[in-house]
Order: sequence, then C-alpha cells, then structure tokens
Amino acid sequence: MSRIGVFVCHCGENISATVNCEKVAKITGELKGVEFSTDYKYMCSDPGQTLLKEAIKEHKLDGVVVAACSPRMHEPTFRKACAEAGLNPFLCEMSNIREHCSWVHPKDDLTTEKAGDLVRVMVEKVKKNKALNSIKVPVTKTALVIGGGIAGIQAALDIANCGHKVIMVEKQPSIGGHMSQLSETFPTLDCSQCILTPRMVEVAQHPNITLHTYSEVEVVDGFIGNFKVKIRKKSKSLDEHLCTGCGLCTTKCPQKKIPNEFERGLGFRPAIYVPFPQAVPNKPVIDRENCTYYIKGKCKVCEIVCPTKAIRFDQEDEILDVEVGAIVLATGFDVLKPDFFPEYGYGKYKDVIDGLQFERLASASGPTQGEIRRPSDGKEPKKIVFVACAGSRDPAKGIEYCSKICCMYTAKHAMLYKHKVHDGTPYVFYMDIRAGGKMYEEFVRRTIVEDGTHYVRGRVSTIYEKNGKLIVRGADTLMGGIPIEIEADMVVLATAGVANKGAEELAQTAHVSYDAYKFFAEAHPKLKPVETNTAGIFLAGACQAPKDIPESVAAASGAAVKVAALFSNDELTRDPLVALVNRQPAPVFSSCVGCFLCQSVCPYQAIEREEIKNRNGEVIKTLARVNEGLCQGCGTCVALCRTKAIDIHGYSNQQVYTEIMALLNE
Amino acid sequence: MKVGFYPGCSMKGGAREYQESVSALAKVFDIELVEIPDWNCCGATAAHNLNKELSLSLPARIMALAEREGISDIVVPCAACYNRLSIVKHELEADKSLSKRVASIIDLKYEGTTQILNIIQFIDKYITDRLEEKVVKPFDYKTACYYGCLLVRPHSILKFDRVEDPQSMDVLVKKAGGDAIDWAYKTECCGAGMSVSRTDTVARLSGNIMKDAVDRAAEVVVVACPMCHSNLDMRRPEINKFLNEKIDIPILYISQVLGLAVGLDAKTLGLNRHMTEVNLPVKPAMEVPVASEPKKVVNTQKLEA
Repeated sequence: MSRIGVFVCHCGENISATVNCEKVAKITGELKGVEFSTDYKYMCSDPGQTLLKEAIKEHKLDGVVVAACSPRMHEPTFRKACAEAGLNPFLCEMSNIREHCSWVHPKDDLTTEKAGDLVRVMVEKVKKNKALNSIKVPVTKTALVIGGGIAGIQAALDIANCGHKVIMVEKQPSIGGHMSQLSETFPTLDCSQCILTPRMVEVAQHPNITLHTYSEVEVVDGFIGNFKVKIRKKSKSLDEHLCTGCGLCTTKCPQKKIPNEFERGLGFRPAIYVPFPQAVPNKPVIDRENCTYYIKGKCKVCEIVCPTKAIRFDQEDEILDVEVGAIVLATGFDVLKPDFFPEYGYGKYKDVIDGLQFERLASASGPTQGEIRRPSDGKEPKKIVFVACAGSRDPAKGIEYCSKICCMYTAKHAMLYKHKVHDGTPYVFYMDIRAGGKMYEEFVRRTIVEDGTHYVRGRVSTIYEKNGKLIVRGADTLMGGIPIEIEADMVVLATAGVANKGAEELAQTAHVSYDAYKFFAEAHPKLKPVETNTAGIFLAGACQAPKDIPESVAAASGAAVKVAALFSNDELTRDPLVALVNRQPAPVFSSCVGCFLCQSVCPYQAIEREEIKNRNGEVIKTLARVNEGLCQGCGTCVALCRTKAIDIHGYSNQQVYTEIMALLNE
Repeated sequence: MKVGFYPGCSMKGGAREYQESVSALAKVFDIELVEIPDWNCCGATAAHNLNKELSLSLPARIMALAEREGISDIVVPCAACYNRLSIVKHELEADKSLSKRVASIIDLKYEGTTQILNIIQFIDKYITDRLEEKVVKPFDYKTACYYGCLLVRPHSILKFDRVEDPQSMDVLVKKAGGDAIDWAYKTECCGAGMSVSRTDTVARLSGNIMKDAVDRAAEVVVVACPMCHSNLDMRRPEINKFLNEKIDIPILYISQVLGLAVGLDAKTLGLNRHMTEVNLPVKPAMEVPVASEPKKVVNTQKLEA
C-alpha cells in the first residue's frame, strides 16, 4: 500500500486563476494510496519546499506528486527537496497542470476536473516508480571551442586561465573572425585590430590552448564530460614547423588576382596567402582551388623560393580524434548574399556595398589604406547614403528579427565618413534608431548633431544607376511620407546579420537545437542564455543571434564560467533515466534475441553487443547492452524492440500503460 | 495543343493588335487558342472597389466556364485581367465557404482547377523551348522590358519572377535575339487608369519611364499589358509635352517582338495599329539567313584540325 503525497501549487495566479487548487487537493487526497494532499501558493518557494519536506517526514510518504508547472524547470527543485527529506528523488513526479491545463483553458469546473485527472494519472505512475540511483561519469577536463572570433577567443582565454586545457578550432587560416575586419568600434572609436590582436597572440601563446586553424569539426559523439570529437585539419600544403612566416612565397606567387575574402572582394590576394598582416598563426596556406600547380600541374614557384623548404604539395588532410568534456560553439554570423536585394542593385552596382565592405574601406589596413574611395572608380564619394534595416525587420524578405548591431555601426560609419571626408554629406535611412547600450544613444546623437549626418526616417524603395550616380529613392515618413530622391556617389547597406553558412550542419553534428533562422538555440532565453539543450555544449557570441562585441564577449565569459564550473567536479552525476535490456535466469538470459535493430536506430551509439559464454568460453548468445554513460533515455530503442526486451527507467512501458489506464478507468 | 483563351475587353477594343499577335504567334507554334465561350468582364478596377462578391464572382464565372469546357490552362494576355483572375483563384482556394457562396452566385460548379497564365508564363510553358529554333529574324534592338505592376504584384499571391527586378521578359527578348537593357523603371507605375481623369499624372509617370528608357539608348520598349501600352503609346503627345522632348521609339507587345523574330509580317502582328509609328530600322543581323549556323560549324572544325 502506497503512501503518496500530493502537493498542488497555485503558481501565484497562473494556475489558481482558472483551476480550483483547493478542490484538486481535496479530490486527489481521496484517491487510493494517497496519504496526504495539500495546496500552496508557491510550492517552489522556500516555505513551499519546507512544507513538502515536513510532510514527507511526518506522513512517512513513499511517493510524491507535485502538481504545478512543466517539469522542465522545477522537477530538479522538487526532487532535490525530496532527497533532502530522505526520499529517493526518483519517487517524485510532477503533474503539469499549468501549461497543460490552466494556461490553455478558461476558468471552469471542467478545467479543475482536468487538473484532477492529470494528478490522478501521475499518482498511478508514482505507484510504479522505483528508487533509482544517479549515474556517475568522469569528466575530461579539456574544452573544445569551435570558432576563433572574438567570442571564441574570449571563451578560450577565460577557460585556459582557469587552468583547464582548451582546443580551439577555426575554419579560416587565421583566428580573429569578423572583428579583425572592422575599422573602429563603437561607441569609443578604438581601433578594432589594436584591441583584438593582443588577444589573438595570447591565444596562440597560451600554454593551455591548442590552436587548430584551417580546421573543421566533423563528428561529435559522446555526452557531457565525455565528448569524442573528430577534427579535420585541412591541408595547408605547408609544414608549419619549418615555415618561419617570412612571406616570400606570398610575394612571388604568380596568381595575384583572386578576390580577397578578408577584404570582402575589394582587394586581391595570391593563391598562397596569409589572410591579413596580423594573422595568427602568421603562416600561409595554399588555396588549392586557385593555385596554378593544383590546376595545371606545374608552377611550384613558392616551393622554389621558400628558404626553409616548407611547402608540401602532397600534404593530405589530417583527422584528429580528441576527447573533451565541454564544447563552446562560437561560430559567429554572416552577412546577406548580394542576390537578396535586386531592388538595391546590390551585387550589380559596384558602389552599392555592405557594411563589412565599408569597414574595410575605413580601415587603415584596408585596400584603400583607410581612405574612403568608391570601388567603381576610386573617387572619393561626396554624397553617401547608408541604408539601415537592409533585410532586417522585413517579413517580406523572410527576416523578421532586428539585427541589432546595424543602428550603431551605421552611426559609426557615418561618423567615420565625416571624419575622413569633411565636405561630404552622409544620409542615413532608418526605421527606428535602436541605441540601447552604455554610451550608445550619446554616440548616435554625436553623429547627428556634431557630424551633421542627415537621418531620414523611411525606407529606400529602389536604387538605380544613372549617369554615374546612384539614384536612391525613398520616403521621409516624418514629413508625411513625401518621396525623396538622393543622387548618391555610394550606398552602404546595413545588411541583416544571418546565421553562418554551415550553422545548420554543425548544429546537427553537435546535436544542438537551432531556430527558424538557423541561429543556435539557448536552453532558456532568460535564465540559461549560454547553455544549449544538450548538456555540456555552450554558446558564445553571434552564432546565437546578432550580437555586438561587448555582448559577444560577455556571453563568451558566461559560457567559460559554465565550462569551468563543470570542470570543477571530478565526476558528474547523471539522471539514471536510461534504457535497460532485461536480464533473466539462464538458459534464457534475456528476452533480447540479438537482432540489434536498436543499435541501428540509437542516435547516441549507446547500444553495445554483449556475448554470453558458457564455461568452455563458447559464445552461446549475443545480447544488446545499454551503455549507461551514453544513453540519453530517448526511448527510440524501446519503441523498436520486437521482443520488448528494452525498457526505460522512470518511463517503463508498464508505467505508461498505467497512466493510460488511469485515464480510461475513471 | 489546346489552350483556353480569355481576351477580356481590351483585346476586342484598344488592344486588338495584342490579340492578333498572340493568335498569330500561337499559330506558328501549333497552339490552338480556345476562346472561353460566353466570357464576361473580369471586373477590372471597378468591381473590387464597389462590391466584394461581385469582384469575386465575375472572374470565378470565367474560370467556371473554362472548367465546364474541360480547359486546364487559360492564357490571359491582359495583365489586369490576369491579376484579377489569379487573385480570385487564390482567395477562393483559401476560403472554401466563400468558394461555395460564389459558386451559388454564378450558378456554376467552381473547382478552381484551371491554371491562370499571363502571356509570359504562357510563352514559357508552351513556346520557349522551341523559340530559338524558329527565330529567323533576330530582334536585334536595344530593348527595355517594361513589366509594370499588375504582372508582378502582389508577389505573395502571383509569385511571378523577382518582384523588384523581374527578368523573365528580358530572357525572352534575349532568346529572340534582342539586347534587353538593364534599366531602372521596369516596375514603376505608368499611371494606369488615371489616363482619362488625370492625364497630367500619367504624362509625368509614363514620361519618367520613357525618359529613362531613351536615356539608356533603348530603341524599343516591350510591354505585356494593354494598359501600360496605351499609356506609353497613346499618351505620347502628352509625355513629350511633359518632357519637352520628342521621343518616338515604339512600344511593342512581347508577342509582337517574338512574332517579328519568327518571321511574321508587320500587318499580321498589327504593328500598324499603334499610335506611335513603328519604324524600326532593318539591322544586318536580320538579313543573315539561318545558314549562319552551318558556317560556324565549319569554322570550329577548322580550328580543331
């Protein structure tokens, strides 16, 4: 005979506004096997938990049902409380009468009745619950940081400075990310490179950090504390140990007209190249797609000139297998592709550029040495139009979100332009100016008031070229929507920040969820902003949503703390809600027939083969066995098992049937 | 090949040459255009400003009649008619009870199974594949393709081409041997029905369109809408007065351009019916017989040898 306690929570008014909680406690208190029932305004509060603990002791409860919110947030809370009162935590279950009942139904007797049913179902389940013990798993105290932009750099340094090993993987030949492309940064106008490059060097020199550039993560297996990762180190066609970074090869390479990605196509680079002068590591790679040797089979100029004979044309990609305990995703963002704006002629007119291209023009190390010159003819633009919200906040374009950084960098662009072209006239077309942030609003005011930027509230409908000028047509909505036409020399589009290409594949590789825009999803938008739904994998920077530098850095440090906290334990405890293959006495051993359908469907590679041998050492039966460390308790194997040999702790077939039967037999 | 044909009012009146050229072109490609029997007005701009049910019922009746005849595709050369028919089809598809109500008003069965094709979609579906092989007189002119508004908007319903910078007519003109120029006024408003009440507005709006085309050295403007045509063609005196210029380049329908390219004569295509005289110079490319093809082959063989 069970002695179950039922605790009905009002959740302030969230539940009690539509459900009569007292009545739920009363009717469920009369159920067979229920020893005690009560209701309380905030069950998760300290007095609420104390109430639960006292009741467990006083009534000698052997099972608990908390009727409250979704188990997502507070199941750990109540299980912990139970444990403190001496009850096995896995004998505590939550019945969700908030999301599943009070929030979705009007105030009505039927709503209360449904809440009662939901509790009754859970009471029946708890009767079948078994006391379980947490699983202990070891922790590999090495972190993997994917992405070497400012977010990845910050996260890696923070973790490394806590004394833990870090492996950083960067897709490009150099770390630095988008921040290394920027000219100056808002709102202080300090030079982006100047504040970033010391950090890049620190990463390269840190004894705890192993850096793999020109590399990509191919496979992520395992689980929190024990990830197994395959990294593809793409061939740089170079022996990095021999190369001294003298740069002779890059000056002698006969291929000189390859659009430079770092300069956003505004400059050229050779086939063997270092992305930018401050690159880390400052050693070149050969771009095989454009290298004359790989295309035509001869050239090898770089090999001839190399003083240390470091060029390796036959070098192959290397696959590294690493074991890490935590992963930080910091893969950043991308800007929109040119074909997105046929109406703005982006991609068609040379002088319609995006914000990142303008950064390169304004950068002292850029293709124009920091002089603002338009790409088509190299002339200084005297009239320039900045278009904010180019793509962002535009449901018709499929991007409904605000890219967040554009208001500020557009203000910065206008200011930089004015600082460099004193007789120039900058215009900014904007929808709203979103300058929330320390010193941000003041910065925008400065652009408008001190630098005389013309802010026009309205959208640009079309841009076309006429007699060497770009005609920008828009409306001024603060002047009653009057049409405006500006004959501009250059146009800069503040294009929407979008998820990096490959983000979706990486999310699937690492088993983290992502949103409709392919940005990685955090576990909770407010309270778990750097965690993902996959334990042990954290987020930093703009791979999650458009973020500016301070925000990316803050998120990265947040993620680093989470990793450090994880590494502060020598072993982790996991919920024991894992699958189990039943065992029976010989000669049956198990109802498992060894078909291994479960093995083929298990997303976590958690099913192993177990051989039963007789005394002579001969294999007499092969069974499936679940690796408790790997199993995530998804239940796919249970659904597929033909002989019902597999079950899940806490969600056994019998428990689920019991729940259904409880609903059917009122 | 049989395709339903909905002429609407303009094909029978001001845009007779549009129908003549579409019919002539279809004939070249062995397509039989079947005029929908007992067709009625599409409702034009008037109906949907006055009475919602009327504006739905008129196009619905046209489509229902086509269904009754077993017609699966209707070509609607007039862009305004095409717009009305497409939008009504879309609205009735989205709201089944409305669809029933409309069926009871028109007293015909309406399933919404017919495909509504504008002239470009019609050409793309039935002609484009065979177009290049039939071109005997390449239309070797600098051509400004003018799409106007009704073919491309609202994009969410019509899903035609790239709404801000449509390309499909340009592609057709290129296939006919023409030089489709890049210009800025492809989808700007011509003034539409203001032609009568506010001729000055039309002169200004259509004037800007013509000015940009001429500034970019267009020798001809190609349209796919009788309304656009009448504004750019018939209102030329007012346009020229507004611009204080003398623009005399002709406005042709896309069907006329393709018709010329496949060797149809001016009269069959109704070129004589335009207000602005069509006086296109003969270009050398048009005089070269089709035999230019084998010549090229000889050349390449030589090169290989």
